[in-house]
Amino acid sequence: MKRFTELIQQLETSNKTNDKIAALVSYFSTADEKDKPYVIAMFTGKRPRRPVTTALIREWAIELSAIPAWLFAECYHNVGDLSETIALVLPPANHTADRKLNEWITDLALLNGQEDSVKKEFILRAWDSMDTQERFIFNKLISGNFRIGISNKTLVNAIARQSNTDSNKIMHSIMGKWTPDQITYQELIDGAHVNTDNSWPYPFCLAYALDTEPANLGETTAWQAEWKWDGIRGQIVKRNGELFIWSRGEELVTEQFPELHFLRDELPDGTVIDGEILAVKDGNIQAFSILQQRLNRKTINKSQLKEAPVGFFCYDIMEVQGIDIRNETLSERRKKLVELMSLLTTRDIVVLSPAINFENWEQLIEIRKESRANNSEGVMLKKLNSLYHSGRKRGDWWKWKINPYTVDTVMIYAQKGSGRRANHFTDYTFAVRDGEKLITIAKAYSGLTDLEIKEVDSFVRRNGVEKFGPVRTVKPELVFEIAFEGIAESKRHKAGLALRFPRIARWRKDKNATEINTLEDLRQLLASTL
Amino acid sequence: MALISFTNKGIFCKQGGFYIDPWQPVDLAVTTHGHADHFKAGNKAYLCHELTKPVLLQRLGIDLPVQTLPYNKEITINGVKLSLFPAGHVIGSSQVRLEYKGEICVISGDYKIEYDGISTAFEPVKCHTFVSESTFGLPIYNWQPQKEIFGKIRKWVTDNHLQSKTSVLIAYSLGKAQRLIKNLAGDTPIYVHQSIANLNDGFIKAGVELPPTIRITSDIKKEELQKGIVIVPPALADGKWMKSLMSASTGICSGWMQVRAGRRWKSADAGFALSDHADWSGLLSAIKATEAEKVFITHGFVSTFSKYLNEIGITAWEVNTQYGNEEEEEILKGA
Repeated sequence: MKRFTELIQQLETSNKTNDKIAALVSYFSTADEKDKPYVIAMFTGKRPRRPVTTALIREWAIELSAIPAWLFAECYHNVGDLSETIALVLPPANHTADRKLNEWITDLALLNGQEDSVKKEFILRAWDSMDTQERFIFNKLISGNFRIGISNKTLVNAIARQSNTDSNKIMHSIMGKWTPDQITYQELIDGAHVNTDNSWPYPFCLAYALDTEPANLGETTAWQAEWKWDGIRGQIVKRNGELFIWSRGEELVTEQFPELHFLRDELPDGTVIDGEILAVKDGNIQAFSILQQRLNRKTINKSQLKEAPVGFFCYDIMEVQGIDIRNETLSERRKKLVELMSLLTTRDIVVLSPAINFENWEQLIEIRKESRANNSEGVMLKKLNSLYHSGRKRGDWWKWKINPYTVDTVMIYAQKGSGRRANHFTDYTFAVRDGEKLITIAKAYSGLTDLEIKEVDSFVRRNGVEKFGPVRTVKPELVFEIAFEGIAESKRHKAGLALRFPRIARWRKDKNATEINTLEDLRQLLASTL
Repeated sequence: MALISFTNKGIFCKQGGFYIDPWQPVDLAVTTHGHADHFKAGNKAYLCHELTKPVLLQRLGIDLPVQTLPYNKEITINGVKLSLFPAGHVIGSSQVRLEYKGEICVISGDYKIEYDGISTAFEPVKCHTFVSESTFGLPIYNWQPQKEIFGKIRKWVTDNHLQSKTSVLIAYSLGKAQRLIKNLAGDTPIYVHQSIANLNDGFIKAGVELPPTIRITSDIKKEELQKGIVIVPPALADGKWMKSLMSASTGICSGWMQVRAGRRWKSADAGFALSDHADWSGLLSAIKATEAEKVFITHGFVSTFSKYLNEIGITAWEVNTQYGNEEEEEILKGA
């Protein structure tokens, strides 16, 4: 496990993607053959079942380190990571062991279903053979939750470079169905398993945010404009009689959307389409907050199906009759997509996402202003001759979102962040005015520069009023403009409404707390979106 | 009546009429060491260890009425017996022992237990009342032996040389810098920033034996620096000069580097948890060794640490002072 520990240290000490790729390439060139598939599985979120609960691990660590539970909690607040806290408080090891990563993972998996006493003996023995770094890694292995800022794309690029293979192929391969105990690194690179797998999706083609005037994009005739829908980007795969629905997050969500299951009968085999899952009622696209009622549920009941029915708006087609057509141009693919749509006998549920007709950029600018009215987030611009790329590529696809909603709020609580921000107050809670009271409306932790974070941090330290565990109540003085994408009713929040994707747009040093928005302002906004 | 009290000017000994490490101007400031949070300008007179005097003069640049003492030598001020004991924090750092009518009180300033090779080793002093820092007063802070840490630093330097990178260690100019110099001295030349070189000159003049180092000037070629070890204070960590070096790799030497979040926040290329403060077990063993009936906890994880002490049967109080975070602030400025 020492080589893997070293890799993690290298990945953590640099902020540069190139350094990270170099570290990964070096790892895959030198590491134990059997370890490699496990590392790939871990970094792509393929988690084994957790063999021991967090509560037990925590309990044993507290017992072993002979400190009171409250003191352990204080440590955890300062470290911001449970695995690391445990690694740091345990007494020094009495043995050494040089076991391979895959051996540890295999042994951990065997703990499933064992008595707690067996688990405890194993974990304590393991801890007693490791230094702090190794213990940290080991604790992460137990949790299976290894987030160290390596995107799938970075990992894929590194493997592609190391093996001198096309990155699309690697992406397919690692996104398919496989388990690290039954595949070799070489088989993963070769994609040996994916041909027999009907479900594998293509990497989504993604767009960059438009950072210039549309006029700079040249002739309008070279471009297709579409609405940018505010739902869940999805990919529908039909092969050998099986239907699969993938979300952007590379999750299979087939069972969540029974409305789309008719495609199993109506789509020809060897078809893959890209589109947006949306809440659609009587032909009208609903706000994201309606769709949200349908997400992340294990079962869907009748009333949810009735209240928030979904539809699928098709953007693109990547596979026709089992043939990958991503290297054809958008206009060619679009023709095939239109053709496919005409084959469907069930109407109005899976439809073509319409292209926007426009003569010139000025006209499109006007049309874009109407985005909110049809619950879209803005406009997409795609080059008619663009191919369906894996991931992001500059220049071919642009998203041109309308500006978010904003509200002026005052900061009332602050909390220390976690991970990189564990020593600073970086998580803030914001309030709007409700008569004489301040009422919490959003929590946000992004959008400030490191310098601003330090400034707010020092304000919090000087102006903390009360302490509730890790949370500080602060004098309501600092005004922040919060940007958000939508607003929904919420029984869970005191304000009776919740903002979607709130983040700090800017620090309004020019305003004081008397000038912030009111709850009534937000209620009016909510009424106008329903 | 208690021998010391905590006032808005600092720690006050009324019977003796002097303050220890005051943060507002007073007549006589007994100074534990020369870090900026323990030593302020503007006092009428100072009393400190003989090796702290060059630091004070260096920092202020003017001659001051500074009375010095060696360790373990007792003097009497207004009937209060005063002596200094090594605190092991930096060269010359002292614990201040006060005795009045059989009542003994020790103010330890900043201290560490492990001998660092250059500062006189910490010496526990039995007392009735002990004033202790708690900079790293959480059980997550337990240092590795310095031998192991220096092993890591040397390996890092070697790796950098192989990759044609310049090794730049970020270290506080008083204390950490001398400790690095002493422990890293060998075949590789050590280049130091002038703030460190000036302090070193003062120490050498006062009789401290320091290995040779080279003061960084504009005449020194970047290629030479790349082959050596460069030590600069935190304030320079992100400056223009740093960018002018040949692919610099920065390593921060600080106890805060113990935690990953600390390392990443400062976005250094490497972090070494090398501290001049006592770690968790160091604080506990030091406090127990004093056999004090009463312990006052200043700067650091004050409330957590005092709560724990009380739970294990040591009577401890939290004290609000203006010490602490000097090192952290310095590093932040450069981050």
